[in-house]
Amino acid sequence: MSQLVGEPVHTAAVAGNWRQSKPATWLSSREFAGARPHVLLFMLIALGALLLLSLALGSASIPFDQIVTILLNGEADQPAWTHIVLKFRLPKTLTAMFAGMALGVSGLLMQTYFRNPLAEPFVLGVSAGASLGVALVVLTAGAAGGALLAGLGLAGDLLMTVAAGLGAAMTMLLVLLVAVRIQSSVSLLILGLMFGYLVAAMVSLLLYFALPERIQAYINWTFGSFSGVTNKQLPVLAGIVLAGLLLSAALCKPLNALLLGEDYARSLGANLKRTRIGIVVAIALLVSAVTAFCGPIAFIGIAVPHLCRGLLASADHRLLLPGTCLAGACVALCASLLAELPGNNLVLPLNVVTALMGAPVVMLVVLRGARGWL
Amino acid sequence: MTALALETRDLAIGYRRRSKGDIRLAHELNLQLQRGKLVGLLGANGVGKSTLLRTLAGRQKPLAGRVLLAGQDLSTLSPLALAHRLSIVLTQTPQPRLMNGYALVALGRHPHSDWLGRLSPEDHEIVAWAIDAVGADDLADQPLAELSDGQRQKLMIARALAQQSDIMLLDEPTAYLDLPRRVETMQLLKQLARSAERAILVSTHDLDLALRSCDQLWLMSDAGIITGAPEDLVLDGGLGATFDAASISFDKVTGSFVLDPPAGPRVRLIGEGEAVLWLRRALERAGFTVSSAAADVEVTHHSNGADSNWDLRLNGRASAHSTIQSVLEALESERK
Repeated sequence: MSQLVGEPVHTAAVAGNWRQSKPATWLSSREFAGARPHVLLFMLIALGALLLLSLALGSASIPFDQIVTILLNGEADQPAWTHIVLKFRLPKTLTAMFAGMALGVSGLLMQTYFRNPLAEPFVLGVSAGASLGVALVVLTAGAAGGALLAGLGLAGDLLMTVAAGLGAAMTMLLVLLVAVRIQSSVSLLILGLMFGYLVAAMVSLLLYFALPERIQAYINWTFGSFSGVTNKQLPVLAGIVLAGLLLSAALCKPLNALLLGEDYARSLGANLKRTRIGIVVAIALLVSAVTAFCGPIAFIGIAVPHLCRGLLASADHRLLLPGTCLAGACVALCASLLAELPGNNLVLPLNVVTALMGAPVVMLVVLRGARGWL
Repeated sequence: MTALALETRDLAIGYRRRSKGDIRLAHELNLQLQRGKLVGLLGANGVGKSTLLRTLAGRQKPLAGRVLLAGQDLSTLSPLALAHRLSIVLTQTPQPRLMNGYALVALGRHPHSDWLGRLSPEDHEIVAWAIDAVGADDLADQPLAELSDGQRQKLMIARALAQQSDIMLLDEPTAYLDLPRRVETMQLLKQLARSAERAILVSTHDLDLALRSCDQLWLMSDAGIITGAPEDLVLDGGLGATFDAASISFDKVTGSFVLDPPAGPRVRLIGEGEAVLWLRRALERAGFTVSSAAADVEVTHHSNGADSNWDLRLNGRASAHSTIQSVLEALESERK
């Protein structure tokens, strides 16, 4: 046993103390020994490169210098190029980025809160709620008039977005009502799953009685896509996602405490009820928005947090949150690029690409970092 | 600053049930925890030790009465205010992945740090002090996943220390540890109570250790809780009564519980020293009643340097033995 020295007296005002220590010394403190915060920088560089790639590549080949010109608000040699980049590629690229950020971060929140490496953003039933909204619109539209959806065109897309958003929001509202009342995270998890099953059963019922061609429209929605968001809708998506990310950032500290379990987190002063509600609201914002605009995009939410823990070698949410944000955006952009390989007009379903591409990568990271992993 | 850190007033603990009436484990509890004292909470399984600790920690509502922390009612404190006054250590040590010992102890600064949990230079100083106080300097930079239960528990205690709360409640912190680690942990707690001026309440099943290291014991039984210095509780029979069970009794001389020997054939044991003490245990284990009065069977001990020799007189026949095992075998064969 070492000689006990006198206990330091902590008298300085608590808030504001951190201002004295510079960020550089903060990340290099012993707390983060063994972690690799510099990986965040690589992720940022990768994100920049992928954003440019996503703007530069597509079924029409546009010279790179022209892309830069267009982005710098200049006129391209061909007016069509400007149109393609600004009206199609830019919204798609930014949508992929925001969706990736939202899914990566919400996966992290779920995995930490439920202390379960298999938890993902959709465990609380969001995607089921959204799919019910879409199914109601797509499958019952027939009753209102045969060619409603086909005739509405873009307005039909908007209708589906609104329906998905409403469905997701309603489900999350129900989960939130439950979260306010119950204390156990396991109960919340089970109730969320049950909500999901209930709603999925209703969707199946609708599908069972629907016309085959309507079912196809519904199935197309379940494939997921970053291309459906227009420049006008983009600020809505971006705004909601940013609000969700800010809320998540405020949850970093209780999430770190939750790494020790709920009893210890409470004893460390974490307000668990407020944390639980904060998490559900953040998930509701992030996942509802993405599901409404892009469909139920699987895989990113469950895989990105594992990827980040492996790459950053840390369980600290102050590193993992920006990490999942950047890595989520990178993964989504990669998937979006691979789904529409340049040089041909073939477009693969997004959900196919995320899983086909991502699963092997995550397997590799998990196996390489098997020591001290899951 | 008063030394009184925690007191209960007519506290009743247990579980509320909707229909069948409450389960009341103990009531009319008027207990006190002083700063600088290590208090051991002892009691049989299921008597309500954990419930009491949870109630004192604000994790569970009392059925009646109040818990006062430095004079303030526990139920009026926010989670944060409570964390400033009280810290806990539980039986099971969490095993968060990809975290080092230092980061674990640093979590103890959460009640004092900003919204992101960033550590000020003062915080770092306190974390380093806490790690040093439990003697875990060599563990601080290691990943928790590579540490043993005992090492992690040490760090959990350092974390509670870094929280700088007057009161520390520990729920069987040594249950999963081996004997040397248990002794070490209790000594550490005793030392911390004094040097860091903490009021420490630790529940344990380790009677012997509690008797040796605690300043005070709370003995919990169905009848309630009796408190006092360990030695007083031994002498007035309180300790024996708390763990009262058929065929087990508390031996005030050795300070430990012994199995009541079944009344077997009587053996007279002559001699003294370690060897005789252990032969006595062997005979009792084998079902004999040992006495110093005359008996049909007589064992005499001769010590011959390092070697021990036993002379056995059995129904008039004498035999010499060099090991306890051989004495027992001779007795057993005669009994048949």
